[in-house]
Amino acid sequence: MWQESVNTIVYEWLALPQENKLSDALNFFIYDTVKILFLLTTIIFAVTLLRSYFSTEKVREYLSRRNEYTGNVLAALFGIITPFCSCSAIPLFLGFLQARIPLGVTFSYLISAPLNNEIAIAMLLTMFGWKVAALYIGFGLMVAIIGGIIIGKMGLEKEILIQVKPIEGEIKADVQKIAFKTRLLDAKEYTTDILYKIWLYVLIGVGVGAFIHGYVPTEFITSIAGADNIFAVPLATLLGVPMYSNAAGVMPLIEVLTAKGMLMGTALSFMMAITALSLPEAMILKRIMSLKLIGIFFGTVTLGIMGVGYLFNAIL
Amino acid sequence: MKIEILGTGCSKCKALEEAAKQAVAQSGLFAQIEKVDDIQKIMDYGVMSTPGLVIDGKVVSTGKLLSVSEILELIKA
Repeated sequence: MWQESVNTIVYEWLALPQENKLSDALNFFIYDTVKILFLLTTIIFAVTLLRSYFSTEKVREYLSRRNEYTGNVLAALFGIITPFCSCSAIPLFLGFLQARIPLGVTFSYLISAPLNNEIAIAMLLTMFGWKVAALYIGFGLMVAIIGGIIIGKMGLEKEILIQVKPIEGEIKADVQKIAFKTRLLDAKEYTTDILYKIWLYVLIGVGVGAFIHGYVPTEFITSIAGADNIFAVPLATLLGVPMYSNAAGVMPLIEVLTAKGMLMGTALSFMMAITALSLPEAMILKRIMSLKLIGIFFGTVTLGIMGVGYLFNAIL
Repeated sequence: MKIEILGTGCSKCKALEEAAKQAVAQSGLFAQIEKVDDIQKIMDYGVMSTPGLVIDGKVVSTGKLLSVSEILELIKA
């Protein structure tokens, strides 16, 4: 329905010729930007509203009563539903240790939370549908759980540079009562805030995507990111690590790249590397943990993400 | 009255500090505003999601950028 409206705008109102690269690219650009921004708004709003019912303090209280392995699984799951921004990574990290939650469990959360952020999930749902979104979340949880368990087994507690005093006795979270109307307003404000931050990236991403869609030949993409190149997965992962705030802009690109022959596993690796690991986060974490621990953290997650990519490419 | 803003320097923390200053000015009360960015102190308050707002040693809000009117209500409470 929306595609037909765009066709009308491009071919009739603007009277651009059909079967032309420029009008193709323009058509794609209008179609994609409006679709993405609309769905993004809806999904981010819904996720934010849902999330207002879960607080990190609550999660901490809950996790402090679990043992290691169950803790890893639950911590990864909680990473999906709690809000996370890299600026709150430090208080969160120390807060978990303060509540005597094992280091490995804390890392499971720290890997899962940014990986399953609302922008990534919303973009995936919008552009690839629920199946790919579910696979992304599922494999992301796997990386978070296994990564956390491995880091926990290495006995790296001494690599934490700040010693926190453990909380004595029971860990209790104060629950603030919030009216539903306030939650709605908060969610609306948050959604506007996020859209304001990312709309330009979306436009640029779709713009470049539209260019590739119209001008770059499929054979070119296939030869780099298709099945013939066995190094596509590690390459995509390593490219993804330094990109972070541009996740919103990169996803439209990936949509076009997969349509043109990039394998889905490679695309998943790329997306996960973008969201899970970021250089700004590493800089922030450097204040509380040794470079060795950050290295192990990034290394484990990078290898996990590459594993997911290969696994996925092999299955499909 | 002593108002503390807990935060490790994110943009929301700075915005909260500004809002708190405005709220105090509007309330007409005398209050001391202090920005706390020492992570150890923030942890002592048991706050995990910044920015946090502390009034007279009591944590009244975490993880949220409050509006001026919301802070005014908290100050008066």
